[in-house]
Amino acid sequence: MRPSLIGAAIAAAILLAVGFGFPWLKIPLILAFCYGMAALGIGVLLRAGQISFGHAMYACISGYTVAFLGSRFPGLDGLLLIVLGTAASIVAGMLIGAFVVRYREIFFGMLNLALSMVLFTILGKFYAYTGGTDGLRVNRPTLLGMDLSRPEFEGALLVLAILASLAVIWAVQRYFRSSAGQALAAIKTNETRLEYLGVSARKLLWQGYVLSAALCGLSGSLFGLSQGLVTPEMGYWLRSGEFVFIAILGGSGHAVGAFVGALLYEFLKMYAAALVSGAWQLVLGATLIVIIYFLPKGLVGLFSRRRSAVEGQP
Amino acid sequence: MTRDILILALLDGVSYAGLLFLVALGLTFIFGVVRILNVAHGSLYACGGYAAATLGLWLGGGTLGASLAALIGASIAVGVVLGTLLMLLLRRFQDRDPILQLLVTFGAFMIFEDLQRMIWGTQPYFVADVVNQMGTSEVLGVVYMNYQLLFVPGAAIAIFALLQWFLKHTLTGRQIIAVTHDREVATAMGINAKRIAYLTFIVGAMLGSLGGALASPTTSLVPGIGADMIVLSFAVVATAGLGQISGALLTALMIGLARSFCVYLYPELEVVMPYVIMVLVLLVRPQGLFTVAQARRI
Amino acid sequence: MSTLLRTQGLTLAFGGLIVANKIDFELSEGERLAVIGQNGAGKTTFINICTGLLRPDAGRVEFDSADITGLSPRHIVRRGMARSFQLPQLFLDHTVRQCLELAGMAREKRLPFWRSLSFTSDRREVDRVLELVSLTGRQHEPAANLPEGQRKLLDVAMSLMLAPRLLIMDEPTSGVSTEEKHGVMEIVMGALEERKVTAIFVEHDVDIVKRYATRVAAWIAGAIAADGKPEVVLADVNVRREVLGE
Repeated sequence: MRPSLIGAAIAAAILLAVGFGFPWLKIPLILAFCYGMAALGIGVLLRAGQISFGHAMYACISGYTVAFLGSRFPGLDGLLLIVLGTAASIVAGMLIGAFVVRYREIFFGMLNLALSMVLFTILGKFYAYTGGTDGLRVNRPTLLGMDLSRPEFEGALLVLAILASLAVIWAVQRYFRSSAGQALAAIKTNETRLEYLGVSARKLLWQGYVLSAALCGLSGSLFGLSQGLVTPEMGYWLRSGEFVFIAILGGSGHAVGAFVGALLYEFLKMYAAALVSGAWQLVLGATLIVIIYFLPKGLVGLFSRRRSAVEGQP
Repeated sequence: MTRDILILALLDGVSYAGLLFLVALGLTFIFGVVRILNVAHGSLYACGGYAAATLGLWLGGGTLGASLAALIGASIAVGVVLGTLLMLLLRRFQDRDPILQLLVTFGAFMIFEDLQRMIWGTQPYFVADVVNQMGTSEVLGVVYMNYQLLFVPGAAIAIFALLQWFLKHTLTGRQIIAVTHDREVATAMGINAKRIAYLTFIVGAMLGSLGGALASPTTSLVPGIGADMIVLSFAVVATAGLGQISGALLTALMIGLARSFCVYLYPELEVVMPYVIMVLVLLVRPQGLFTVAQARRI
Repeated sequence: MSTLLRTQGLTLAFGGLIVANKIDFELSEGERLAVIGQNGAGKTTFINICTGLLRPDAGRVEFDSADITGLSPRHIVRRGMARSFQLPQLFLDHTVRQCLELAGMAREKRLPFWRSLSFTSDRREVDRVLELVSLTGRQHEPAANLPEGQRKLLDVAMSLMLAPRLLIMDEPTSGVSTEEKHGVMEIVMGALEERKVTAIFVEHDVDIVKRYATRVAAWIAGAIAADGKPEVVLADVNVRREVLGE
């Protein structure tokens, strides 16, 4: 625990310094943390051997909640908005989860996709409430009661994103090592045996699903606040695909993987996307295949060769 | 609603169901044997369409024969080339987690999407010679294109019948069925499962690209049609039950009709309709409409 | 001794094939029942019905005087009827120890999602069961590393962690080499004896049946053809011809 705490502190300090040293990097860094949280949500499901091509919908639900509440009740504090946005995603995750946990693998993945497409369409069509394809503006709220200028607000969001990410990594990692988390990983290898131990795989997967919705929700509300705008694109399948990509890139062996993947992804996007404009998807697709071939456990797999895939302790 | 609209919706729906069925058939056929849901199947559809349009332009499309040759030639060429590429790729991931295999096809899909854009650009393609050459008919007072009225549904039914015959009455067909049921036992019986898998993949891929080729004269080809088609054909396959061929025909008809009625009556719901049907069906029958539940051997 | 498991008129057909034909059966506490029969005679089907994987077309299953017909395996297991498998059903990515820890937590019907698995589970119990099936030396290896014989033992051990009243074992020695068979059975039966677990085991090896069973039931074509003391059943003409193939 000690070395990892020190490592976390150093990494956080470096990223903060980078953010404040190069102000134009603040937003990309915030975005990377948002992507990391969402990818971690996908990672939770990956441990259960499931994949979702629709989880961007939870980021979208949360983002729209923030935008809607922010404009309807202008006095609400930013932190409260984040909590409420995430709560909306959790509730949606509980309801949708109750339905989708009955399915596995491709059915699970595609049902999530289908539901996210339904949401995407609704957001695009019901202009009066959702602003249609233009989306909704997110007014800049106060943070902890402080009325901040745009640059100050971004700085505060970066600090918030880093703190939230550290908390999330710690909490999710505890979950991974817990009884429920280990049993979740058992869904991947042998659901029959779980059933014959008297354990409900559906209930376990539901818990994991709600957690993943919460993580995507947290990501979505931070994303909305940092962008100042939410659009239906937030819930489009391509965004879900990006989350999956990052989760695979980082690996789901440790909660930190998703964030390593997200930072790398954001960095690549900033530099490589301009170089290969028009072939960005091609690069992503090829990278995905190469990673799966050479690093099926993702980047964190590089550091934990000794451990078994689901082992908790070193 | 007027009677004409009803008839139009019906005809549109049947024609669309024909296309949807061909693509879904390819998807479900491949899944049955290789046990992979090939996300890149959407690219096969798109590439089939683009290739058919390009070939049509190149051949000039002066006669019906030339137009048909363009459609068929394009679907075979695309099916064989891309199908082989995909198969060779997937073979390297044979023993991996099923979700990783799925992601490999997703990666391939992303690559094809961009390649498509590089080759054919973002401007819509539209080559409709064949539609005009086939003329029109009057159905209950509505004038309708023969191509959509007779040719597309006819092709879908003919291919369905041909495939059924092939599976039941030829040695290779029976071997495919054997591999679908139990790969291990089939291999033990001396069936070359690798050859069967390859063959299935090519046939399935050709069905996907044929769907695209047949769609090309009546839809404008733009980036993104592959993505739309893969989710739509998946909706058909999942609703029918993975690997169910006859079921896919009925489900395609159901979804095709539902969609076209939406187009005329509630256009905002058009995109959502197939998913709504899929979700409703899966709520009641988790394995799909036509799957018989099977216990895993333990 | 009180009756632990009872079936009445258990019937199931797959299409035209009758795999369970009006089976009436009773098992008392403390028995060691060996089930014998050719492949396809319906032994595993019977187990699958009793443990809830298959639902019978007709008839009922009672466990500990309660009707459990049609309950899911999960609920039946929670009532104290565990099973092991012909093909071991393990968590191959988890370590041997984690497999047992998870089984132990499952028995307590709680899977907390905050405290670590290894701290919450009953350490001494896990150690004892590991000892019992001689897997202590490999406890930190992934289950996937084990050879077939030890996989079978781990499979049984996971069921033992549930502290069941009845353990049904589907061919505990199949896939284990002839020399190892007796070793495996010795370990398993010792563990059952120590924990006072009633047991049913499907077995093809007559030597093992003679040595470990207190009672034998012979399955022919979806029905029980003979049931009673081992020496009586194994001497039955019909059983010798149809089951043992003599």
